[in-house]
Amino acid sequence: MTEFQGLYALWYREFKVFLREKSRIVSSLFTPLLWIVAFGGGLGSSVSLGGINYQVFIFPGILTMTILFSSIFFGLYIVWDKRIDFFKEVLVAPLSRLTIFAGKMLGGCTDAVIQGSLMLAFGVILGVSYTALTVAVAIVFMLVLASAVVSMGLVIGSRMESPEGFNLIVSFLVFPLFFLSGALFPISNLPSWLRVFTVLNPVTYAVDGMRGAMLGTSAFPLIVDFGVLFAFSVVMIVIGSVAFSRMR
Amino acid sequence: MDNFNAEVLNESARPVIETFGLTKKFGELVAVDHVDLSIREGEVFGLLGPNGAGKTTTLSMLATLLKPTEGTARVDGHDIVRESAAVRKCIGIVFQEPSSDDILTGRENLYLHALMYGVESNVRAQRFREVLQLVDLEDRANGQVKTYSGGMRRRLELARGLLHRPKILFLDEPTLGLDPQTREHIWQYIRRLVDSEHVTVIITTHYMDEAEHLCDRVAIIDDGKVVALDTPQRLKQIIGGDIIRLRIKNPRLSPIKELEYVLKVEQTDDSVMLTVKNSGQHLQEILSLVGNVESVELRTPTLNDVFLHYTGHEIRGDHAEGGFFERVVSVRSGGK
Repeated sequence: MTEFQGLYALWYREFKVFLREKSRIVSSLFTPLLWIVAFGGGLGSSVSLGGINYQVFIFPGILTMTILFSSIFFGLYIVWDKRIDFFKEVLVAPLSRLTIFAGKMLGGCTDAVIQGSLMLAFGVILGVSYTALTVAVAIVFMLVLASAVVSMGLVIGSRMESPEGFNLIVSFLVFPLFFLSGALFPISNLPSWLRVFTVLNPVTYAVDGMRGAMLGTSAFPLIVDFGVLFAFSVVMIVIGSVAFSRMR
Repeated sequence: MDNFNAEVLNESARPVIETFGLTKKFGELVAVDHVDLSIREGEVFGLLGPNGAGKTTTLSMLATLLKPTEGTARVDGHDIVRESAAVRKCIGIVFQEPSSDDILTGRENLYLHALMYGVESNVRAQRFREVLQLVDLEDRANGQVKTYSGGMRRRLELARGLLHRPKILFLDEPTLGLDPQTREHIWQYIRRLVDSEHVTVIITTHYMDEAEHLCDRVAIIDDGKVVALDTPQRLKQIIGGDIIRLRIKNPRLSPIKELEYVLKVEQTDDSVMLTVKNSGQHLQEILSLVGNVESVELRTPTLNDVFLHYTGHEIRGDHAEGGFFERVVSVRSGGK
């Protein structure tokens, strides 16, 4: 019971902070919007893929981007927590490390999925036609992706002592995951060396799954996309739990 | 209750914390070196020492945030290594750095703490009222913590530390960097809650006056070792007399050294420090023997003198940190 309350407490804290820091929400949505409007709109004026407007084509990719960035930063944010000592207060509480990890992770998923859903709503303006099913699939994919990436961020963040390494992680981890995911291009006709990277990149399956559900064009069956993404999430959550239980 | 009668209380109370050769090494550095302490129920126990002496490390080990390299301790009967979960349930801790979430309100911080420590929902509202009242924050509880002053934050954290009614409360430098008035207030709060809630309080401090005014017993720590442990009064009696400080250019010290009531003579550049029994009676004689004195200062010993006596150096903050206020305090309490 205490563990469950503790879990709720950690989630509640993240959620409150999220709601109160409105500037963070705005800034985290601004970059994806810029991609859609400027990049997608600009390139889309002369490019279309398989009869789909380019702007609409990259929309699932930009949803993925929203989740990817807000999730990884949520995880890395634990570095600040450690600095301001708030985290010590949590660590010294009579809660298991698994609970602490789960509370943080669920808080991060909530934040990311809310932001993803705001982006999803923006899709209406772009002319993406939704059904209840496509919305449900998109939200499930966003949630599973978020759980994996938040966990990844927490693992890295729990190992870092200062936020100086943030740029390094963005350059060498987040951007490769994004650009090699097929968010901005179809992965069916890639040269083989590039194809290797995209097939190995778990984020590819999030983009592909959502694109399949929303636009009816995908490289893999939905069940494969979901399976790979789910496995990715399970692996990251396990690593995260272990990393937290070892953290002092 | 029978509040300040610390002596009586101390002698009869059972130990709530015992450490057995508690040691922490960080690589080559021995931060805490085989510390044996016995802390009694219901006392305010001070760990006094300069920055880097190992106070916070000791506290962190007792609070199960750090694993000892060697030795162990029992907190309320629970082993800190093997039963860390049980230890965490009966302690409260207020960290040196602020650890409340400043985006949340004071009340929300308390709410989170109540959830994490399993404070039952039917007593929560009552407890919030109690602890907020104790630290005088009732009217600001619904404001975001970032609008609080340093002293208010500190008080909120004290309130939070008490929320789950811990038997033992650890306070790491509770008044670091606060203004004198706020420090006085916090001392009062701590005293009040020891008297009314029967909490055992362990503080770390490098402020002499804090150790002297607040603590029932003080352990002086230097380089990870406990060099002395007793009530502030008895520690000061060790000095054996009063301190006379003379500002003088060319003192004649040989006749002074022969006086049987002069216990100790120390000379620095332009002053002489004497430890003297019954100083009031003998001041006249000393002054007539020593030569042309510019100024005289006569005082009873402070813990600073005790610290100097045991360690051969002063406690002042030359290990950085602390800043201006700390230096002022160290000047006031007898430094140069």
